[in-house]
Amino acid sequence: MLQVKKLCKTFGAVTAAENLNVNIDVNSTIGLIGSNGAGKTTFLNMITGYLSPDSGSIFFRDKNITGKPPRYITRQGVYRSFQIPQLFDSMTTEENLEISKSIAASEISIDGNQEAKVESKNQSVKEILEKFQLTEFQNQTASNLPEGTRKLLDIAMALIMGPNLLLLDEPTSGVAAEDKFKIMDMIMNVVETETTAIIFVEHDMEIIKKYTNRTLAFFNGKIIADGATKEVLSHPSVKANVLGLTSQDSKL
Amino acid sequence: MPDKTLTFTSIAALTLVISGGVLPQWAIFLVTVSLCYGTVVLGMILLARTGLVSFGHGLYYCLGAYSAGTSKLFWGISDLIFMLLTAIILTATISFALGFLLRKYRSIFFAMLSLAFSMILYGLLSKSSYLGSTDGFNVTTQTIFGYDFLDSGYARYIIFLITTFTAWLCCFLMHLYLKSNKGRLADAVKDNELRVEYLGASAAKIIHTNYVISAVLAGLGGALMAISIGHIDPEMSYWTTSGEFVFITIMAGTSSVLAPFFGSMLFTTVRSFAYEYSPDTWQLLLGTTMLIIIIFLPDGLWSLFTRKKKHRSV
Repeated sequence: MLQVKKLCKTFGAVTAAENLNVNIDVNSTIGLIGSNGAGKTTFLNMITGYLSPDSGSIFFRDKNITGKPPRYITRQGVYRSFQIPQLFDSMTTEENLEISKSIAASEISIDGNQEAKVESKNQSVKEILEKFQLTEFQNQTASNLPEGTRKLLDIAMALIMGPNLLLLDEPTSGVAAEDKFKIMDMIMNVVETETTAIIFVEHDMEIIKKYTNRTLAFFNGKIIADGATKEVLSHPSVKANVLGLTSQDSKL
Repeated sequence: MPDKTLTFTSIAALTLVISGGVLPQWAIFLVTVSLCYGTVVLGMILLARTGLVSFGHGLYYCLGAYSAGTSKLFWGISDLIFMLLTAIILTATISFALGFLLRKYRSIFFAMLSLAFSMILYGLLSKSSYLGSTDGFNVTTQTIFGYDFLDSGYARYIIFLITTFTAWLCCFLMHLYLKSNKGRLADAVKDNELRVEYLGASAAKIIHTNYVISAVLAGLGGALMAISIGHIDPEMSYWTTSGEFVFITIMAGTSSVLAPFFGSMLFTTVRSFAYEYSPDTWQLLLGTTMLIIIIFLPDGLWSLFTRKKKHRSV
């Protein structure tokens, strides 16, 4: 479904992506791990068109989306949420979802076919509010929502038209530790039935272990490990460079 | 609570039409000028809702006026409807072309660039002796749909009726537009352009569309003003004219399509009476009015009505 070939990106002297090659199939849930500045968000930003790669290519469903603007990529069915929730702050929760739905309904054309507005996946605002347990906040202005709820709304907005590929940038950052699993359970329950593939950036390894079946580990702009989550997390290089474990820590 | 804006708009227009038959000439003139200004400001609120302030809408106000005024000169026609149509076509064409550049800019850069364009027009018209240079020239409107109304004795009332009808129609259509999916995107762009792009829409296209709509409204306001006053000059494109539109926009508020007309009515009334009774300090009075409104009603005059509604719902 998604093919990333020889993707490179530098910011001055810093290499944020170096020869990245990734294939993502349908029905996969992939975690991106790595320390800050390892290149995870840059990778996400290049897929979704926020950044243009210096070289390399990105194909989504055999369509070249390299360097295309975000709206073009979104129209192909690739949606994302953000590390810092990107909401319409002056509007209520319900209005945020309504406006997302109305934009999607008038602009989205999967595979470039304006007629095929993916009606089958198109969910009502009410359904989404219920699924994300946002009903009690529906008349509350987005700027006044608690951080965890803002995160949920951000993801709900990305999900309202049933994306083919959903990218979540740190879905539990800023959420209280005791609420992380609750929020992730809710997200994954909804997301898994609505999308064909999910990629998410996460720092919490417990969440990575529980919710992903494949993990990509980033370090200095490179993918140092790619495979089943359990194997990647036990990879020596990942332990040393991502998890910060010494050989003594591992023995313990 | 059901939206009664269109009902209020229609009642207000009908009241004006009826009262126009009994109002003194000076009052009809004042209301006509207010409606012309209100039509321009109606476009300004659309831009404001998109998060943009134009300090150069005098450009389209002036273009509308000049296209109406020169229709006899260039086409040999002085029909009111034709004059309005030329204003719409010219302002839509120019704004569509300039919109490709302006849609790339935001905040102060958008404001200043739009101002620059209006001052270019001011410079060109001031130097054009063919169009009366800084003195401008008189505009005569002879017919409407071919009917010669100029010597009928009802000329001013007919112009007042047309102005009222145009303002009502613009108000009506703008309200429908703002309630539509496309129209609601103005608020979305103002709030978060990035999110709009990541939902699949183009913020630049939304801005461009709204810019053209606002320019056409400014052009219509200018054309109606030219027809009402019977005189046009390059001052219509001067930055102070654009400043007046911004002034009314802030004073009126942007939450309703009726606000621009309410604001314009107050503005023209305060200005006229201040000028009448205090010709040396009328700007001081206007400035003080603005200051009071900003301090006590930061969301504009229209918030007086929305506040009342909120209190009632509480």
